[in-house]
Amino acid sequence: MSTASTVIKAKQRPGDRVFSGSAVFAGSMILVTLAAVAIFLIVQSLPALFATSEDASILPTNFWAYVGPLIFGTVWASALALLMALPVSIGIALFISHYAPRRLASVLGYIVDLLAAVPSVVFGLWGIGVLAPAVQPLYSWLVDNLGWFPLFAGPVSGTGRTILTAAIVLAVMVLPIMTAINREVFLQTPVLHEEAALALGATRWEMIRTAVLPFGRSGIISASVLGLGRALGETMAVAMVLSASGALTFELLTSVNPSTIAANIALSFPEAYGPNVNVLIATGLILFIVTFAVNAFARWIVSRRKEFSGAN
Amino acid sequence: MTMTTKPDTPAAVTTPIQNSLTAGRLPTPAPWIILGAAIAVSAAIFGVMAVAGGSGYNWGGALLVGALLYIPSVWLFSVLVEGRRRAMDRLVTALVTGAFVLAMIPLVSLTITVVTFGLARFDAEFFTNSMRNVTGEGGGIVHAIVGTLLMTGTAALISIPIGLMTSVYLVEYGHGRLARGITFLVDVMTGIPSIVAGLFAYAVFSIFLGPGTRTGIAGAVSLAVLMIPVVVRSSEEMLRLVPNELREAAYALGVPKWLTIVKVVLPTSMAGITTGIMLSIARVIGETAPLLIAAGFTASVNYNMFDGRMQSLPVFVYTQYANQGNPPQAYLDRAWAAALTLILIVMALNLIARLVARFFAPKFGR
Repeated sequence: MSTASTVIKAKQRPGDRVFSGSAVFAGSMILVTLAAVAIFLIVQSLPALFATSEDASILPTNFWAYVGPLIFGTVWASALALLMALPVSIGIALFISHYAPRRLASVLGYIVDLLAAVPSVVFGLWGIGVLAPAVQPLYSWLVDNLGWFPLFAGPVSGTGRTILTAAIVLAVMVLPIMTAINREVFLQTPVLHEEAALALGATRWEMIRTAVLPFGRSGIISASVLGLGRALGETMAVAMVLSASGALTFELLTSVNPSTIAANIALSFPEAYGPNVNVLIATGLILFIVTFAVNAFARWIVSRRKEFSGAN
Repeated sequence: MTMTTKPDTPAAVTTPIQNSLTAGRLPTPAPWIILGAAIAVSAAIFGVMAVAGGSGYNWGGALLVGALLYIPSVWLFSVLVEGRRRAMDRLVTALVTGAFVLAMIPLVSLTITVVTFGLARFDAEFFTNSMRNVTGEGGGIVHAIVGTLLMTGTAALISIPIGLMTSVYLVEYGHGRLARGITFLVDVMTGIPSIVAGLFAYAVFSIFLGPGTRTGIAGAVSLAVLMIPVVVRSSEEMLRLVPNELREAAYALGVPKWLTIVKVVLPTSMAGITTGIMLSIARVIGETAPLLIAAGFTASVNYNMFDGRMQSLPVFVYTQYANQGNPPQAYLDRAWAAALTLILIVMALNLIARLVARFFAPKFGR
């Protein structure tokens, strides 16, 4: 990229050929790996796609009846997590980029990044040991007083290990990546736009509403889609916190909860044998396809934005 | 004021004049006073409730309700004194700050919990024993530490050369469709769910070595799948920071391209690349799901990557929690102590990575 293509080519030495060859090889290994992931998962899951309960003992009737509630649970938990994480991450990003004292900003950003360093299994332990008992009284209050609202219908879970708790843990876990992207986009807002808004007499909030947020809209969208991708694939925290029964329900606070694909694999895989393994790998393939699509969509938004970002 | 006693002071100083810049605005300390009042009111309410209900005092609830009370009250005061627009500004400031404080709650709570629960078994026995033939109390994590080191090390051995050379390709050689495709796929690969990586490694090894094979190398492969894109992204960013003048100076001296990369570009960006690699190790060392699937779990030390199941720290935490025996508290204590160990390792890696970035970064003009 440093030399234009029109200049005379440099002499190719053996070292050059070996080095560039290995660089190309390494680059194509990425393609090979992704292709291998797809191929091996497909090969292993083909037997399961048309299996019935006679072939694999964990299937209720056929494969799609098994995976349907899992897909629902995955999407429902991730959507709830996103709903909670999105406003908070925008708030944190604005706080770090536009409200906190300049000197503290990078330190505060680092503190938020620390959340990303916590392993998910520790989040799981924390969710069971601390969060679930802490929110359970709130849940029973909600059921007692707002039980007429369909989402809060009873009977309340005695342990607090409901899908809402799992979604809270998921929200905490996707917060750092969403905050990091939002923060970066907000910091890229042209200073001239901000100063123009302030010079016209806008308060800080009006400046943010008229200059920062419109500029960062696509960044916010891609941050939330990336966060959604993370939440969809998150395994251990959900597997530990959620006490799942596999039901298909929107109710947030009962002890009857849908499971998620990833958590179901983690819980069932160690004891699985024979065709059941193929069934679980097939659910993993579905998760892979969904997250691939979600991430590709997010990256597409990011790359589209690069071309006409008003940054210059 | 003492100034007023002096006879020669101009009268204008003594009489408070209406400053047009501060007129109609809340004084600077007002938000803090309102916050203090809100918390005091909420504390009083919770105090009455604690006396009436006969239960213990709920400090967390008092602070939370106080903070929630602050948000509308600062808006109300501001509307009365400053008008709608400034009130909105104050409201948003309170909300934005509140969002940050809200995010700190889990971090602080998690740190306190892990440290207090983890210290119960954070002793010498814990770091010198495995779980072999241990059914109740006692036991340790030697086997898990050995497994984590072996598998993470192998994953690093696989992914650092591939990741580094891929980033060299993308920055120094790549043009056109292949480079764009690789960039896109690396981005997408960053988002592969960790459990899918575990399933992939399991599928590969069970096709070639028979179903049900769980070995350390399978775990290492699954970790490498997760680690490669992180290494590529961070090293690519660092290589792009190397100024083009350095490359051109080397070319002008007749240095071949590959030597320029090896002797000029890579050494210049080495600190940043090291940081990125350490952060990627810190990321995969806490992965549970792929190792649970691909490497399984065991109670004994296993040094052989190619034979038998291998325990790792995160899976140890999970299995101790999930398969509680008698007495359950011993298993929970071990889980928390292992979680504390894991967090300490991850934090140490993060810290060292930042220090490397700070002290070994090349010194540019600024």
